Amino acid sequence: MISLTDVTMTYGDLTVLGPVTLDIPAGGVTALVGPNGAGKSTLLTIVGRLATATTGRVTVAGHDVTSTPGRELARIVSILRQENHFVTRLTVRDLVGFGRFPHSQGRLTALDHEKVDEALAFLDLTPLAGRYLDQLSGGQRQRAYVAMVLAQDTDYILLDEPLNNLDMKHAVAMMGQLRRAADELGKTIVIVVHDINFAAAYADRIIALSEGRVVHIGTPADLMTPAVLEQVFGTPVEVRRDGAYPLAVYYR
Amino acid sequence: MPDTLATIAPARPRRPRIAWRFGILALVVVIAAVGVLTWDVPGAPGSRGFGIAVNLRVVSVATIALVACCQAVATVLFHTATANRILTPSIMGFDALYVVMQTALVFFFGSAALSATDGLLKVVVQSVLMVGFATLLYGWLFAGRRGNLHIMLLVGVVLGVGFGSLSTVMQRLLTPSDFDILSARLFGNLSNSDPDYLPWGALVVAGVLLLVWRARHRLDVLALGRETSLNLGLAYRREVIGVLVLVAVLISVSTTMVGPMTFFGFIVATLAYQLSGSSQHRVVLPFAVLLGMATLLVGYFVLRHVFYAAGMLSIIIEFAGGLFFLVYLLRKGSL
Repeated sequence: MISLTDVTMTYGDLTVLGPVTLDIPAGGVTALVGPNGAGKSTLLTIVGRLATATTGRVTVAGHDVTSTPGRELARIVSILRQENHFVTRLTVRDLVGFGRFPHSQGRLTALDHEKVDEALAFLDLTPLAGRYLDQLSGGQRQRAYVAMVLAQDTDYILLDEPLNNLDMKHAVAMMGQLRRAADELGKTIVIVVHDINFAAAYADRIIALSEGRVVHIGTPADLMTPAVLEQVFGTPVEVRRDGAYPLAVYYR
Repeated sequence: MPDTLATIAPARPRRPRIAWRFGILALVVVIAAVGVLTWDVPGAPGSRGFGIAVNLRVVSVATIALVACCQAVATVLFHTATANRILTPSIMGFDALYVVMQTALVFFFGSAALSATDGLLKVVVQSVLMVGFATLLYGWLFAGRRGNLHIMLLVGVVLGVGFGSLSTVMQRLLTPSDFDILSARLFGNLSNSDPDYLPWGALVVAGVLLLVWRARHRLDVLALGRETSLNLGLAYRREVIGVLVLVAVLISVSTTMVGPMTFFGFIVATLAYQLSGSSQHRVVLPFAVLLGMATLLVGYFVLRHVFYAAGMLSIIIEFAGGLFFLVYLLRKGSL
């Protein structure tokens, strides 16, 4: 379980997040949604200990993220940001191999190689394993980053906009793979998504943020109503329920 | 330790044969070193003159080797810590820090202090001071929530200029004879370094290299930047400060022996990334060191025995390095 208690994040006088008190249960896919500047990414980076909250306490599986040694925490929770750029020239396999660092401190064992191969196969990257990252398309690169996080083999995986740069086909494939990681590998996946319909179609829980606060938590069915969505996003939304999952229509 | 490269190798056929490149480079280093030592030695073998000449040359070769180690490793480490391949340690005012320390020593205690304090104690005190200062400065700048690498670099640049000005002010106030002795200390060159310092410098560098080698896997991660390092469980801030402190020590040793060098490390590190075809520190670091030695030894040999202008080497290297830096910057088009 990921547990936040009275977490706030302020820059000077500006409060970008909180106070937030929130429990995200273990297992399944949880989506963070909300308008721009709602604090979704901030919340994710605080849980992933890339940023330190101004006040409050965050625990992941009972470990306080600010006081637990990084090496230990890196085997419990992993996080991937939207923007990833490396100065070192790496092949896909090199990159995914880095995911094993928390386990082997850089000296890959047979088990590590196995895990790397699994992660590559899981994201259909095996044929691209020897390619350099700068020779890949944006979507392939995005998958390689996700493969690195999967190879890290943590129970909790936090992804900031994993659908960035992905076309329709690859976005669907990525969400399917994350769903499988949750179902087959038992991972707890927390993602920030921009497209509310992807959240509705794949997530078990949706947490809606607005102006730094949690305004709604629930299943996609609970959340996908015109009233809630209009409150969260501040724009008229129509919800269609004629398919397998609710669909928000807000384009015009 | 299992050899990871060998296990991975079949999966990446495109990876160049690193062993060959190492072999060729090592051969160049050995040939150049033998050339510098034995070419055109005055006096008959066995005579006193011959002995003195060879002794001097051994000192030169050892100095070159040590400087190459310092500059190559310091620059690669600096690139890694800053996740940027344009900056060099001198931008952080590391050389300037050394210069201001030497100047202050002469300023407050007179030039006699400079020579009277030579030896192990001074090297230790100097290293401890550099380390202490770097730790304090960079630790303080980089600590807390607002700790930001770019701000730290900017402050480093400003401090470097500040140190430079402070040194200039103190140098202006020295007596001419004190200033003369200080200048000789600050503007060393490859063929005229202090042989007494050599063993102590080598000892310090060996210690640093040992630490660096043990950290090679963590350095690979550190080069991926702050967020990835944190995600992979590295104590990012502590690692960066630690690396910068090691850089300060290496630069202090190199500067003590041959004076400030701005672009040499940059050339060597950049070429090492390109030519070694690897991004792992356990390959890049030794490659950069060999490349540095090869460059300096060949340059030294050519200048000394072909153009009879041995003292010019550091100037030529800085000139070529500066050009190389500009070309690299223009081709890359951004920082």
